[in-house]
Amino acid sequence: MSAFRLLVQRDLRLALRQGGDAAMVVGFFVLATILFPFGVGPEPELLARIAAGILWVTALLAALLSLERLFQADWEDGSLEALSLMPLPLEAQVLAKCLAHWLVTGLPLSATAPLLALLLQLDAAGYKVLVASLLLGTPTLSLIGAVGAALSLGARRGGVLLSLLMLPLYIPVLIFGVGAIEASIGGFGVGPHLLLLGALLAGALPLAPLAAAAALRQALE
Amino acid sequence: MNLHRFANPARFMRLSSALLPWCGAGAAALIGIGLYLALFIAPPDYQQGEAVRIMFVHVPAAWMASLVYALMALASAIALIWRHPLADIAALSAAPLGAGFTLLCLVTGSLWGERMWGTWWVWDARLTSVLVLFFLYLGYLALVNAFDEPGRGARAGAILALVGIVNLPIIKFSVDWWNTLHQPASVFRLGGPTIDASMLWPLAIMVLGFMLFFATLLLVRMRTTLIEAKIRVLLLSEIERHAAASPRQAVAS
Amino acid sequence: MPAGRHTMLPAAGFAGIDLACRRGERLVFAGLSFSLAAGGALVLTGPNGSGKSSLLRLMAGLGRPEAGVLSWDGAPVGEDPPAHRARLHFIGHQEAVKPLLSVAENLAFWAGMRGGGDVGQALARFRLAAFAGSPCRLLSAGQRRRLALARLLASPAPLWLLDEPATGLDSDALDDLQAAIAAQREAGGFVVLSTHTELPMAGAATLCLSDFAARPA
Repeated sequence: MSAFRLLVQRDLRLALRQGGDAAMVVGFFVLATILFPFGVGPEPELLARIAAGILWVTALLAALLSLERLFQADWEDGSLEALSLMPLPLEAQVLAKCLAHWLVTGLPLSATAPLLALLLQLDAAGYKVLVASLLLGTPTLSLIGAVGAALSLGARRGGVLLSLLMLPLYIPVLIFGVGAIEASIGGFGVGPHLLLLGALLAGALPLAPLAAAAALRQALE
Repeated sequence: MNLHRFANPARFMRLSSALLPWCGAGAAALIGIGLYLALFIAPPDYQQGEAVRIMFVHVPAAWMASLVYALMALASAIALIWRHPLADIAALSAAPLGAGFTLLCLVTGSLWGERMWGTWWVWDARLTSVLVLFFLYLGYLALVNAFDEPGRGARAGAILALVGIVNLPIIKFSVDWWNTLHQPASVFRLGGPTIDASMLWPLAIMVLGFMLFFATLLLVRMRTTLIEAKIRVLLLSEIERHAAASPRQAVAS
Repeated sequence: MPAGRHTMLPAAGFAGIDLACRRGERLVFAGLSFSLAAGGALVLTGPNGSGKSSLLRLMAGLGRPEAGVLSWDGAPVGEDPPAHRARLHFIGHQEAVKPLLSVAENLAFWAGMRGGGDVGQALARFRLAAFAGSPCRLLSAGQRRRLALARLLASPAPLWLLDEPATGLDSDALDDLQAAIAAQREAGGFVVLSTHTELPMAGAATLCLSDFAARPA
């Protein structure tokens, strides 16, 4: 088996045995979303109008929540040091870990979102695009997040720091993600938004592992 | 082979001490003249009245906010590629100054907005981009100060500055996009493209003044950092000399 | 960057010339040179903070030397880091053992990352075969150490860099480690290790790091 697949498999196995990660992320997503009707009131028109924004913001925060652990455990027990000495380039390892992270966070988030959209009275026209935009946007969140997780390794107050580092960088994904859903509800073409989300992903795929690997190397130095 | 890279980089210290008085005096003179022109000579705007004078601080601050971030990224790239210790120090010293200009831009923008739109904050595309830039600065400052070993913070910060500079145009583009979707096109933009010549001169002088002001503070901050490092090295060698004198005390590090 | 090309690199074996290492603002050691031929062993000694771990990390490519050059068969290792990584095993202070994975899974992962190897035999050599299926959170500190050392045998590599490998080992495990090192050297491998305890090894060179401490400025 290739080293890349081996690493993805190990991270998935660890996540499944730990059991908490995916459940915690989805749990946060559900709870944070359910708070909104209490905060803004239950009027269906209002909820329907802001549903896309609420779902994307809470999904983004849920993904952020789990990022801190992306390299932390491996860093603490020396695995990261050992991994950095393996023949597989560190950039490819970052990609493998992002893939595993997305499979246990982004994918379940995208799957849960339609249920929550039901509670928020999202317009029927928006469901498909909601899932599509999340499927296209959450991998970018994992990739950019990997850079932040690598940079904040060993920092004091890592979690808060990570949020501060990541939020400005997440804004484009949020804008195009919500934009796509609102365009589909408004009857406009969703193509440009989804293409832009795809472009962000295409840019993050090579660049984020590069930056994250550089950050990991300096953390190990 | 530079074994004592943290020893006093004498050339920089000499050069900067020669430059400092000129930068400082130039900044004071230019900002003084610029403010005089802006406050007393430039005509009030036919639409915005006297409030337009805020522009002479707001616009240079906005330019400096982006310029300093670009300089920080450039210094970070030099620090990462050539490991030049002065580049690290330049980036670290520039960051709080850039954050200061960004904050100044936000505050003056808010004041100006209150006069023009009657509200302290409008999610105008430019102001929003500056707000995001402010958070990028805050993130950088938080990151470089988050480590017990200062060298680690500088290296992490350098990578973050490069990630930030790659993302800035994307963020700017996405915010403009978002803004055109959500704002009616008739909203008046701060610092619009048409500026009369009588306003252009004070503006140009203020921009130059701000740049010199930044250069002055940057040099002072870099010199302070270098002197601090020199003191730390001296203290450390003192400790090691003591340890060498009494070999039973192993030096922990 | 190391200045200029070194013309005096030994044509064969693992060597370091005029190495210096900086940690933070402190120069840990300077002017350190060593040379190892096939089958050679180098024991690093010295008090805490003298730079044993730093030197081993430099040898592994985790961090760059402040000055000097490391070479393998006449070529500076910095020129081809992937090739250097492929030829070395580095066992640091931490065991890199995942408590949620079983003993065999842990070892199989690390062996697999290097292209595979004989996990069962490596476990047996460090007396861990009986624990192969049990999760690593049940292991004692010494057993975790043995599992880390078993990585050395699960996939072969010519250069072993061991940072205090004897920590926490009982006398049986110490014998196992010594047997493994002897076999590695017999096969023409290289071993560099740091230690505080006596680890008798035939024909091993010793490098006392405090001899290379940088003079206070």
